Amino acid sequence: MNVVELDRATIGIAGHSVLSDVSFAIRAGEFIGVLGPNGAGKTTLMRAILGLLPPSSGMLHVFGRAPQRGDRTIGYLPQVRTVLPDLRVRGLDFIASSLDGERWGLPSLAAADRRMIEATLDSVGARDLASRPLSDMSGGERQRLLLAQALIGSPKLLLLDEPLISLDARHQEVAIDVVRKVCRDRGITVLFSAHELNQLLGTLDRVLYLGSGQAVLGTVEEVVTAPVLSRLFGTDISVVRADDHIFVMSRGRDVERVEHVHEHGHDHGHEH
Amino acid sequence: MVTITATSTDMFQYDFMNNAFAAAGIVAVVSGIVGYFLVMRGQTFAGHALSHIGFAGATGAGLIGLTPLWGLLGFTLAAGVVMGALSERISNRDIAIGIVLSLALGFGLLFLHYYTSFATQATALLFGNVLAVDHEMIATLAVLGAITLLTLGAIMRPLIFASLQPELAEAKGVPLRFVSTAFLAIVALAVSECAQIVGVLLVFTLMVGPPAAAQRVTTGLWSGLTLAAALALAEAWLGLTIAYYTDWPVSFCIAVLSAAGYFACLGLPTLRTRRSQDDRANQSA
Repeated sequence: MNVVELDRATIGIAGHSVLSDVSFAIRAGEFIGVLGPNGAGKTTLMRAILGLLPPSSGMLHVFGRAPQRGDRTIGYLPQVRTVLPDLRVRGLDFIASSLDGERWGLPSLAAADRRMIEATLDSVGARDLASRPLSDMSGGERQRLLLAQALIGSPKLLLLDEPLISLDARHQEVAIDVVRKVCRDRGITVLFSAHELNQLLGTLDRVLYLGSGQAVLGTVEEVVTAPVLSRLFGTDISVVRADDHIFVMSRGRDVERVEHVHEHGHDHGHEH
Repeated sequence: MVTITATSTDMFQYDFMNNAFAAAGIVAVVSGIVGYFLVMRGQTFAGHALSHIGFAGATGAGLIGLTPLWGLLGFTLAAGVVMGALSERISNRDIAIGIVLSLALGFGLLFLHYYTSFATQATALLFGNVLAVDHEMIATLAVLGAITLLTLGAIMRPLIFASLQPELAEAKGVPLRFVSTAFLAIVALAVSECAQIVGVLLVFTLMVGPPAAAQRVTTGLWSGLTLAAALALAEAWLGLTIAYYTDWPVSFCIAVLSAAGYFACLGLPTLRTRRSQDDRANQSA
């Protein structure tokens, strides 16, 4: 069964289409690495899957139907934008706020919910965060707290928007391992957006590359090749493989490390 | 402004002191609880601005012969709703709020200028006049306080969610703009009540000082709310008591206690934080 399916879908914000005429299908249990330059539509795609941005044309199905806002079967880790600098709320209450947080009335925390939160924190190795205020947590600890939160409620689909940002290399590996382990065990479908492909190589089933409003989904061997990526980014891309690493280069520079080359490629694509 | 000239050592034999304790008690609890969310959302400046806008409302009401409280309430409510309806993502909203705040104070001054006999009440509006509270005002404050807390209780769950994680709350179906607008309307109510006790210039003393202090000490939600309300109540009542025996202005005493409480609590968890940082340093070493 396809968990996420797009058929000639055009998705945009305020009349400006970010993804146009895009088609692909993600199967149940797949770990999909979502790659592409800033502004290519990674966040937009996730917001569309959450039902926050209906496609302006074409079809977008999640679990076989139009996406519904507030779908409990989807776990979501937003790209953190709002950081209150002096938030003196402990991890437990932070996560508890998201449980039925859309209901009116007073907040409440049942003993079962508390155990569920603590068990989930345990599963990502972050039990101690329950009692610590967010203002005392490092970027990595906050990210792990958010990851635990996304896993609560037994989601069938996990949308992780740049979960590796603000993590050092060691914590990035830990985060990927945790997601892989938990999602394999529970058969959760994952969309994992990232800036760098190599860290995900051992984990992902297929890769979804976004660029110039287009999307290409396939195995790394199918997608991460010079012809496919050159067509997608509209510029000459070369792909170099060495020691289990893949370097995607544009005019001799590694596009995954040099962000503005992406932008250049993007613009170039529009000129043609 | 009423000053205390009583000589008896038993302050509760005076009606005005009993009234002051009742009014200050109601307002302190409401202020502490509403202020907790103001601090959590990082909107304390907005709360401050609302009180200044209320000053223009109160003096304007005086000019056309209405009770200042209703002018205060009307202006703060309207301003709260307008502020909430504007997008939260105005990056330089501090500047916008500051400009509106000054404009409101300016209008307050203009209204005073044209209604000079009202000027004697200006000090009471700016710095509070809890010793002149009568039974009717206590009843009004009790009703307003109940409405404030009931409304807050109705939206508390999505309010916390939207405050802590707006992106996720939006994805889960929380109407962000409605929640933030409703909250600022609640703040407007609380500010209007608070201004009756400590004046529009000192609403921070009850609405920000106690909740900020509480959040330094405890990180739990309910313990924080309880402590914020208890601290506000203690500071208000202790302030009244000190004012009775020293003849200092009540608002001054509450302001000093509020600041002292905050800075005392600021010192407490710093030790704990340093220790946990040491722990982490040891773990990673």
